[in-house]
Amino acid sequence: MKTGKHGLKILLGGRRRPGLLSSAFYLVLLGGVGFLFLYPVLYMCVQSIMSPSDITDPGVGWIPTALYGGNYAKAFTTLHFQEAFFNSLYLSLGPSVLTTVASCFIGYGLARFRFPGKRIWLALLVAAFFIPSQVMMIPRFMMFSSYHIINTPLTQFLPAALGQGIKGSLFVLIFMQFFSSYPKALDEAAEIDGAGRMGVFLRVAVPMAKPAIVISVLFSFVWYWNETTQASLFFGTQIKTLPMRLGSFAESYSTIYGSSANAANAADALNEAISMAGTLLSVLPLLLLYLVLQRQFVESIEKSGITGE
Amino acid sequence: MKRRLLSVSAREGLAGYLFFLPWILGFAVFTLYPVLYSVYISLNEIQISADDSIRAAWQGLRYYYEALQVDTSFSADLYDALLHIVCATPVIVVVALVIALFLSKRYPLRTFFRSVFFLPVIIMSGPVISDLLGQYSLGLTEESPLLFSFMSALPQFLQSPVFFVLDNLALILWFSGVQILLFIAGLNKIGPELYEAASIDGASAWESFWKITMPHLKPFALLGAVYSIMEVANYANLSINEKIRSHLYEIDRPYSFSSAMSWIYFIAVLLVLGLTFLLLGNGKRETAK
Repeated sequence: MKTGKHGLKILLGGRRRPGLLSSAFYLVLLGGVGFLFLYPVLYMCVQSIMSPSDITDPGVGWIPTALYGGNYAKAFTTLHFQEAFFNSLYLSLGPSVLTTVASCFIGYGLARFRFPGKRIWLALLVAAFFIPSQVMMIPRFMMFSSYHIINTPLTQFLPAALGQGIKGSLFVLIFMQFFSSYPKALDEAAEIDGAGRMGVFLRVAVPMAKPAIVISVLFSFVWYWNETTQASLFFGTQIKTLPMRLGSFAESYSTIYGSSANAANAADALNEAISMAGTLLSVLPLLLLYLVLQRQFVESIEKSGITGE
Repeated sequence: MKRRLLSVSAREGLAGYLFFLPWILGFAVFTLYPVLYSVYISLNEIQISADDSIRAAWQGLRYYYEALQVDTSFSADLYDALLHIVCATPVIVVVALVIALFLSKRYPLRTFFRSVFFLPVIIMSGPVISDLLGQYSLGLTEESPLLFSFMSALPQFLQSPVFFVLDNLALILWFSGVQILLFIAGLNKIGPELYEAASIDGASAWESFWKITMPHLKPFALLGAVYSIMEVANYANLSINEKIRSHLYEIDRPYSFSSAMSWIYFIAVLLVLGLTFLLLGNGKRETAK
């Protein structure tokens, strides 16, 4: 009797630990939805290692007959990977660091000080989040070209440095939320010990804000990496990033390997596998970054509460 | 001792403004001015001469009229985009809520699943996702004839939204990354003592979900909905966004026509946002009573 009850408890779970049954339920359910999430990525991975004969063979569904690296070699050349990768890197890293530094300052100012007109500024900050980028794109373009900084990275760096980058308001709100949630007593203690306002900010507040910093750097890095509309308008004719190269993949493939109509042989024609390999290559840096930062990222989210109430 | 020139509160205000100053500068130069200028060019005919000087001639609402009445595809694109937004947002919010609820529970492989569900945040947007989902998403209605015939029996006004949701399920799921984070943050903020008190009073898990979890999550649902609307509306592959971009450099009406179209679209999206606030944002008034 007692063992039976015990067994039931393992199956259904008790107050402290989840039971086998509920664990299995969660696993099946999350596994199912997770599969839907990952389906496009899995498809991309599998397709990208298929040889030309595997693609045309109807007998080959999900599992290729052999590992084939030729797609990656072709995609690598077509994307001008090395050059495009470094362009993408500094054009994402720069704005994301600038956004983070600026948002840290601005959010601290909003969270820690009372100043006249704060509510109005806050309302404008939220309003700025709603203004779609295409509304501001043309005037910004005209402004940048009148200052002759079009086709330079400054077009991305300057707005970011002043908290007006991609979703800039959101990062300010994250920092504001974070700074207003920790006790003010810490600041006061440091002030009594003789630190100035800047000293308090740099020595007490910023080191505590690590979770918010991780989120801010990672998110804005990713959003800048993936952004192509503004980027191609502001510097696209001079500097090509990876996603831009991906956008013109088919054309640049045909200039390198010959168009599909008169390709030397059918094996060289552009096929789905090659474009999948190209797609994968263009997000690979992001995936690696995510794998490295994943644990910290998930923890940061729990600690910081990425919200503005 | 040095005489202080300013009172304590004035000094605090000054320090606050010093920290906040970068944003004010940036807002004036990179947001406010472009927005006002964009209104201006949507009302004027812009001519750019060879030496880069710009001449403007007042046109009033001509380009707005042309967008809505003369252009053949703009109205259809606008309707399409709004349908997109209205259909996708509830699905995204609900899916994100359900996933967040599951992710906040304890079960094996939790870290692994969390990483999987945050993945869209990383790869989402850009040409990548359109490449992936444009052709290779799960077209549910095409693959299952049973589902298709069931759907065909639905009344006309329900058909297109339901079809849309089913055909774009993977895409919609991929929009829900940030919203999942929002809900998880919301769930973390509910103190466990609330649930304990409820269970001592004899509430079942089901009851405490509806009486404790849901009311606490309501503001987060509003945030999630607002975020989803903005995200879907600005999705670069939406036909309306492509149209706005493609008319940028038209010879006879550069910038102006695009600006007018983006303002019409923006106002339409604002209306949807207003409706959302009416639907989800009434929590404060209720508690005030």
